[in-house]
Amino acid sequence: MWDYSEKVQEHFYNPRNAGAVDDANAVGDVGSLSCGDALRLTLKVDPDSETILDAGFQTFGCGSAIASSSALTEIIKGMKIDDALNVSNQEIADFLDGLPPEKMHCSVMGREALQAAVANYRGEVWKDDHEEGALVCKCFAVDEVMIEETVRANNLRTVEEVSNYTKAGGGCSSCHEGIEEILTKVLAEQGETFDPTAVAGEIKKPKSGLTNLQRMKRIEQLLDEIRPNLQRDNGDVELIEVDGRDIFVKMTGACAGCQMATTTLGGIQSHLAEGLGEFIQVLPAEELARRAAMGG
Amino acid sequence: MAEGIYLDNNATTMVAPEVVEKMLPFFTEQFGNPSSLHQFGDKVGRAMKQARKQVQTLLGAEHDSEIIFTSCGTESDSTAILSALKAQPDRKEIITTVVEHPAVLALCEHLEKEGYTVHYLKVDKKGRLDIQAYYKLLSDNVAIVSVMWANNESGTLFPVEEMAEMARSAGVMFHTDAVQAVGKLPINLKETNIDMLSLSGHKLHAPKGIGVLYLRRGVRFRPLLRGGHQERGRRAGTENAASIVGLGRACEMALEAMDYEKSFVRAMRDRLEQGILEKVSHCFVTGDPNNRLPNTCNIAFEYIEGEAILLLLNKMGIAASSGSACTSGSLEPSHVMRAMDIPFTAAHGSVRFSLSRYNTMDEVERVIEAVPPIVEQLRKLSPYWGENGPVEEPEKVFAPTYA
Repeated sequence: MWDYSEKVQEHFYNPRNAGAVDDANAVGDVGSLSCGDALRLTLKVDPDSETILDAGFQTFGCGSAIASSSALTEIIKGMKIDDALNVSNQEIADFLDGLPPEKMHCSVMGREALQAAVANYRGEVWKDDHEEGALVCKCFAVDEVMIEETVRANNLRTVEEVSNYTKAGGGCSSCHEGIEEILTKVLAEQGETFDPTAVAGEIKKPKSGLTNLQRMKRIEQLLDEIRPNLQRDNGDVELIEVDGRDIFVKMTGACAGCQMATTTLGGIQSHLAEGLGEFIQVLPAEELARRAAMGG
Repeated sequence: MAEGIYLDNNATTMVAPEVVEKMLPFFTEQFGNPSSLHQFGDKVGRAMKQARKQVQTLLGAEHDSEIIFTSCGTESDSTAILSALKAQPDRKEIITTVVEHPAVLALCEHLEKEGYTVHYLKVDKKGRLDIQAYYKLLSDNVAIVSVMWANNESGTLFPVEEMAEMARSAGVMFHTDAVQAVGKLPINLKETNIDMLSLSGHKLHAPKGIGVLYLRRGVRFRPLLRGGHQERGRRAGTENAASIVGLGRACEMALEAMDYEKSFVRAMRDRLEQGILEKVSHCFVTGDPNNRLPNTCNIAFEYIEGEAILLLLNKMGIAASSGSACTSGSLEPSHVMRAMDIPFTAAHGSVRFSLSRYNTMDEVERVIEAVPPIVEQLRKLSPYWGENGPVEEPEKVFAPTYA
C-alpha cells in the first residue's frame, strides 16, 4: 500500500487536536471533489493579537488526510494568522517527513481549510482558485488540470516542452502517453493537430517568428510558388538542405546545367528572402557537397 | 504478519501448500522445455497435459485443447477482445458493462480512441444489469460481448449464461471475465454458449503469473502473441511449466472444495456480515445480497473513509480492501460503487471482506469484535458525525467548498 512515513502513521493513529474547538471564532470547510476527502478546521483566534490560540479539525478522509490535518493544527497553534497563512503545502508535508506524491492533495486541503477559516474570521467569503484533476505525473505529482492550463497558456506543442514548464514527464517518463493525450486534446481545441515528431521549439521565438519546423515548411511552400515558372521551361527545383541562413537547392530538368542557373538561383533567393522576412542565401547543392568534402 | 487474518481473497489468495509442493520439482530436476523431444522435456510435457485436463474438468470444458495457458487474467481478457476484433474486421462495436475490471475497461477505453464503439451496460443500485437494454444492442456490428461473471468488489453475479445464449442467437461472440467466479461457483462450460472465458490462477490458490483463456472449439481466433507453436500456436512463448502444473493442482483442489465453498465459506461470510451489521449503525451491504459470490461481503460504512478503516484494521492484523478513492492510487472512487449510485459519503467508506476456505469461524468472530471500535474512532473525527450519530441533515451542516 502507501509508503507512509512513520510520522504520518503516528499522526494518523494518534491525531492531535481532533474534534471541534468549543468556542471557535473561525471555521473553514473545504473538500476535494476528485477524491471525496473533506475537512472542517475550527480556530480560536485572539482578536487583539490575531494569534491562533487553539485549533481543531474534523476530517472525512484517508490516513494522510487525517495526518496532515493533525500536522496543520500543530503547526499553526500559537501563530499569528498572517504567518499561518504563509504555511505552505511543502511545510505540512515536511512536518510529516514527506507524503507520497499521490497524497499531496491532502496537505493542499489543509492549507485551503486554513484560508477558508481565516476568511470566515475576517467576515470574507473564501473562493477556491485551485482546480484539481487526475494525477498524470507521479514522479513530480503534476495533475491533468495543471498540465492543460500550462499547455494553453504557453502554447506548448511537445512532451518535452511540457516537461520543461511543469516537470511532468521529466522523471520515469511512463506518463508520456497521458501527456500526449492532453496535448492532442488541447491542440484540437485550437484547431491544430498534435505532431509527435515535432521538436521542442526554442522557448525564445526565432527572429523570423517561426519555429524550425514552421520555417522549413514555409521554405517548401515558397519554392512551390516558384515551381510553375520553372516547370514551364521544363525545369524544376528540389530542396536539399537548410543550414541556418544557407538554403541548398538542386536544379533539375532543363534547369540543371542551364546557363541562366545563377540568375534563376538569384530569383529564388529574393523570393525566399521576401517570403521568410529574413536574410538568407540560396546555394546550389554542389556547394553543399564541396563544403562536406572540405570538412566544413 | 503470520498471525494476521486475511480477508482479501478477491485481491489474491494464499498459494495452497499442496500446490507449492507440486510445483517445486519443476524448478529443479524437472527443468526441461516441454517442447523438447528428449526425456528432460517429455516429463514436463506430460505434467502439463495433466494440468490442462485438471483445468478442463473444473471448467467443464468439452475438450482439453480449449484451454490456453496465458500469463494472467488481464492477458486472457486482452487476447479475447482483440482476437474478436481482428477476426471480424467489419464489426466495430463492443458490448461490456460499466463495472468491469480495469483489465477490460481500460482496454475498451483505448479501443474507443482507435475508432471502435463501446456500449457500456449500466447497473441499478444493486449492481444488476438491464437485460432488455443488452438485448437491444446485439447486432451484426458487434464483434464481442465481454461481461464479467462475478464482480470483484461487490461479488454480484451477472447472468452470463443467459447473456451468452442471447449473444449466440444474435451471432455475436461472448466472452466472460470469470476470474472471481472460477473455483467459487460450479461451472460447466460445455452446457453454455460462452465462447471465451478468462481465469486467473492466483485467485484460486495457485501462484501469480498464470492464467487461462478458455476458447470454445470452432470460435474464430487470432493470437495476441505470435512466435511459436506453444498452445497450438495460439499463445506463443515458452510455457510457465511450474505454474501451469500448480494451477492444475489448484483446480483439482477447488473442485474438491466446491461444496465447502457453497456451505461453510458462505456461512462464515453470512456470520461476519450479520455480526457487523448488528453492532455498527449506519452501514449497509452493497450489491445484490441474494445473488453474489459465497465468499464476498462489501459493507459501506457511512461518514468515514475506507483507507482510514483499512489502516486501523491492518494495525490489528486484519487485511481487507476498500472502494475508497485513496486506496486505489488513482484518487478516483471505485467505479463500481459510483455505478451503483452509492452516495459518496458511503462509497468512500466501503470495505470489502473476501474470505477463503482457509479462514476460520474464530477469525470471523475476532473481526466482528474489531470493527465497531474502529468505526467509532473514525466517526469521532468525522465532520458528518455528532455526539451519538450523524449530524442532522449532514449535507447542510457540513457543506464544504469543493475544489
